[in-house]
Amino acid sequence: MDDKRTEEKGVVLSEAQKRARRSRSIAIAIALAALVVLFYAITLVKGPGVLNRPL
Amino acid sequence: MSLVSEGADLRGPVFTGRDAAYAEPSLAGVGDYLALMKPRVMSLVVFTALTGLAVAPAHLHPVMAFTALLCIAVGAGAAGALNMWYDADIDARMVRTARRPVPMGRVQPGEALAFGLTLAGFSVATLGLMVSWAAAALLAFTIFFYAVVYTAWLKRATPQNIVIGGAAGAFPPMIGWAAATGSLSLEPVLLFLIIFFWTPPHFWALALYRTDDYARAGIPMLPVVAGDGATRLQVLLYTVILVPLGVAPWGFGFAGLLYGATAAISGAVMLLLAWQVYNERRPADRASRNLFAFSILYLFLLFAVLLVERGWGGALLGWAAT
Repeated sequence: MDDKRTEEKGVVLSEAQKRARRSRSIAIAIALAALVVLFYAITLVKGPGVLNRPL
Repeated sequence: MSLVSEGADLRGPVFTGRDAAYAEPSLAGVGDYLALMKPRVMSLVVFTALTGLAVAPAHLHPVMAFTALLCIAVGAGAAGALNMWYDADIDARMVRTARRPVPMGRVQPGEALAFGLTLAGFSVATLGLMVSWAAAALLAFTIFFYAVVYTAWLKRATPQNIVIGGAAGAFPPMIGWAAATGSLSLEPVLLFLIIFFWTPPHFWALALYRTDDYARAGIPMLPVVAGDGATRLQVLLYTVILVPLGVAPWGFGFAGLLYGATAAISGAVMLLLAWQVYNERRPADRASRNLFAFSILYLFLLFAVLLVERGWGGALLGWAAT
């Protein structure tokens, strides 16, 4: 019975693990937002030929 | 501090990443992932790449220049993460590297590998799609060279590891130049050669007073394999080659008098320090420490003066004159 309950609960994170996961998630969100801004700025700079580049 | 010599001065208990429980949810924080990217190496890579980019005879929009430098920095970080993934076992045995995230067990080896591969893919693809495929190809080759040729092969196989592997740290100015021009020429090759021949005296000066650390880790560094005297001779010989190369950009008309004078004076100091290293014997290590410290300043001076004289500083002076 106890084993079954443990299985149903799955992996239970400690507080430290939750904090680490949250900090990683925030960092990924910031990195993605920064990439959106960067690609937007590049598109403004290069215009319609954004993917035209020298070999 | 080169791409092959970076590492904090670290102390503390040593764990091997291989011993950690793989199923345990990660405790790795953002700082651990940043440490995987070797930020001090990244700063040197960005600086030399910026010089290559700024002195190139082509105008690159600031946004594109920033994108190129960001990709080069992230690519260098990817190479660092792959290095820490592969070298976790020997990092754990060296005082200098024992507190890195993987040997400490804060980042699992698989996490470091995935992080490195992801960054490598994104940095190369972004540089290629947004700036230049020539620069992206060079960046991809640099990551491959550092992670596979140096880390996985040369480092554990030959005392010439840092000589050949040092090429990885010498590529960034060429990548910067290629990002601006889409091609290569003599000037970026000269910058490559300066860093390439700077790496052995810089790194062997460190290895001379860290010999026991390398011996304990089983890494065939030159002082471990060939001995103290042979290494000191090699340091002197490479410095003798390096100093004229440092002045060469001025000799070829690629740099001005300020650069030439800086390269000549700082090169003379490098030669003097290398001569002192040659005449020193263990356990004395003062000359080795002096050369290691000054070599960082030497490389910084050369590239900083070139950046000011030929790069954006020169452009500003030109604008002021008109």
